[in-house]
Amino acid sequence: MTGRNLPPLSLHVPEPRFRPGDAVDFADFDMPVAGAVARPEIGTAPAEMRDHSYAMVRVLDDQGNAQGPWDPRLAPETLLKMLRHMALVRAYDERLYRAQRQGKTSFYMKCTGEEATSIAATHALDYDDMCFPSYRQQGILIAREWPLVDMMNQVFSNKGDRLKGRQMPIMYSARQANFFSISGNLATQYPQAVGWAMASAARGDTRISAVWCGEGSTAEGDFHSALTFAAVYRAPVILNVINNQWAISSFSGFAGAEATTFAARAVGYGIAGLRVDGNDALAVYAATQWAADRARGNHGPTLIEHFTYRAEGHSTSDDPTKYRSAEESTNWPLGDPIARLKQHVIALGIWDEERHAAMDREVAELCKAAQRESEALGTLHDGLKQPFDSMFEDVFEEMPWHLKEQSQQMRDERKAAGI
Amino acid sequence: MSDETRTMNMIQAINSAIDICMGRDDEIVVLGEDVGFFGGVFKATEGLQAKYGKTRVFDTPITECGIIGVAVGMATYGLRPVPEIQFADYIYPALDQLVSEAARLRYRSAGEYTAPITVRTPFGGGIFGGQTHSQSPEGIFTHVAGLKTVIPSNPYDAKGLLIAAIEDNDPVIFFEPKRIYNGPFDGHYDRPVQPWAKFAESAVPEGYYRVELGKARIVRPGDDVTILAYGTMVHVAQSVVADAGIDAEIIDLRTLVPLDLETIVASVKKTGRCVVVHEATKTSGFGAELSALVQEHCFHHLEAPVQRVTGWDTPYPHSLEWAYFPGPVRLGEALKRVMQD
Ligand SMILES: Cc1ncc(C[n+]2csc(CCOP(=O)(O)OP(=O)(O)O)c2C)c(N)n1
Ligand SMILES: [Mg+2]
Repeated sequence: MTGRNLPPLSLHVPEPRFRPGDAVDFADFDMPVAGAVARPEIGTAPAEMRDHSYAMVRVLDDQGNAQGPWDPRLAPETLLKMLRHMALVRAYDERLYRAQRQGKTSFYMKCTGEEATSIAATHALDYDDMCFPSYRQQGILIAREWPLVDMMNQVFSNKGDRLKGRQMPIMYSARQANFFSISGNLATQYPQAVGWAMASAARGDTRISAVWCGEGSTAEGDFHSALTFAAVYRAPVILNVINNQWAISSFSGFAGAEATTFAARAVGYGIAGLRVDGNDALAVYAATQWAADRARGNHGPTLIEHFTYRAEGHSTSDDPTKYRSAEESTNWPLGDPIARLKQHVIALGIWDEERHAAMDREVAELCKAAQRESEALGTLHDGLKQPFDSMFEDVFEEMPWHLKEQSQQMRDERKAAGI
Repeated sequence: MSDETRTMNMIQAINSAIDICMGRDDEIVVLGEDVGFFGGVFKATEGLQAKYGKTRVFDTPITECGIIGVAVGMATYGLRPVPEIQFADYIYPALDQLVSEAARLRYRSAGEYTAPITVRTPFGGGIFGGQTHSQSPEGIFTHVAGLKTVIPSNPYDAKGLLIAAIEDNDPVIFFEPKRIYNGPFDGHYDRPVQPWAKFAESAVPEGYYRVELGKARIVRPGDDVTILAYGTMVHVAQSVVADAGIDAEIIDLRTLVPLDLETIVASVKKTGRCVVVHEATKTSGFGAELSALVQEHCFHHLEAPVQRVTGWDTPYPHSLEWAYFPGPVRLGEALKRVMQD
């Protein structure tokens, strides 16, 4: 109102702390102490555990020792299997990233630095729990020991691609592994996972679902619809938010991180929220296990924010040096998830540098061999494709007349043109 | 403002249009995913945040519904937002705000409120983007009363049309054919890409000019058959016609709504034959509207049934992109059919 003696309004537009060329200093990052966060009973009412949305569950300390009530006390075999799966997904990413650079496919996306958020989470789930991934959860398939060749066939859109070359690389689907078909449209899987969990509950089943999306995607309406349904029906679902700090060029502040945490999205909906160190495989495992027990015990959904860092570009189409400081990923205070789990198993005396180096060579060989096998079935541009008329299949269960006509037209036209 | 021209590709022309408009009118704001510091994933807004500041060019949360809803609200305040939807394939979460709100605001408030927003969005295939980076959803929007739909086919038109769209007081969906951002694409995917610099339409005035909405362009005059096209397909049509040696009249529609019916009708009455080309799926596509209009207005002049050359009625496949794309083979065959009758 005129006459009021107030300064004019101003619009706040978030700005990340570091841009290209900036020296990166995380000295003021308030490093949560490993083992410091209490572990509530699985039936705790969401209102009784709001603090957990603002704290950070960490198990591994700087020396690689497991601390506190969230230590999942895993058997050595489980720890080493998780380590191997993480190393394998990293090797797999390296290999396919290079294949894309060599022109063998159109696109690729790595999950480097975020391996624990899908590998450790999957290890804490049952195989028949249903996973609704985003495009950065190849780790789920690796943790479920899905054949690498099958994954690569999809990336190369070759003759062996079960998805018939229809989807862009990395948009896997693997029903037998209880892994939902990946969508390119962000956050659509969120309400779907809730619906699956509601159905499971309605049928008196014992299986639960888990869903993943990036922190940037939490802005989509689908995310919020999902949380409303999950809360209302106490759906047995684990809602994972992978906060890797970046959404292409936009830092997490554009999804609301300047004001609150992503785990705290749970608070307003009346859902249990946990915030975990996403580069700490044990913390991820423990939080997922807690949420899974909670869901199976009919206590409802849990939202888990995994605090991590996207160590590389968004995808092969991206150049992160254009918008963020290169030092960010090297100075990231929560370290690398593989290095941290490795340090832990060495500290436990069940692993050593030599075995680790041998494992790295072994997983690299495995990927190389799988790639050779997959490439024998073709790569994107080498002509070994699905048959042309496969394009008209699966639009509907039964092909209607107009698609039959179009399929015929395509064959006639190609014949007439001599191709 | 200078009349001097500079060689621009389509991205640069679009960038220049927004720049010119923002310089002339400080009510214009640009918002969208990654459009600020980064300048957009296709670089269409590069440099604009540095020039006009963060309150006029800003990144947004990833919610297309939010982007368009906020744009409508800003327009209600009196600003003129130019939101970007990163890919047309991601416009669907914004449908309610576009269809129920922006499109009808003028009507339902009897002109009290309007939504002068220009939604820019890259569309179309040819980049191996699979089903979520390749779609051509223009037909969904031409079907909505109250939205204008514009599709440029070259840098000169892109700039002039975008300026006219931004200055228009109604909501406009401005589809940018991403396959031709850097150079025209004639559908011969196996031939080297030609940059815009080699083509006359890349000579773009540095300053202000408009290409009026609702006016088609005759790309090539001819007597034998009329080809109606827009976006990337204009270039496919040119190449096919040149190779086939047919005296076709190629019309680049440029604006789908409001449509330049006069130019279409005059042409078809002259040629007596018509082929409609678009990359979007066939059923209920804009080609159906064009074909109906030609039939209504030129029935007694038609010597052959109107042919439609379109994307197949399937989602856009990744690896079989070139079998899906309505390229030279398919247009060539359609021309043979229409000339036979
Ligand atoms: C509905 C929709 N809008 C926009 C996009 C384009 N897009 C793809 S990935 C991405 C960033 C997502 O960031 P985030 O959710 O943080 O996931 P991350 O890539 O970091 O894993 C955007 C904007 C999309 N795929 N779908
Ligand atoms: Mg992210």
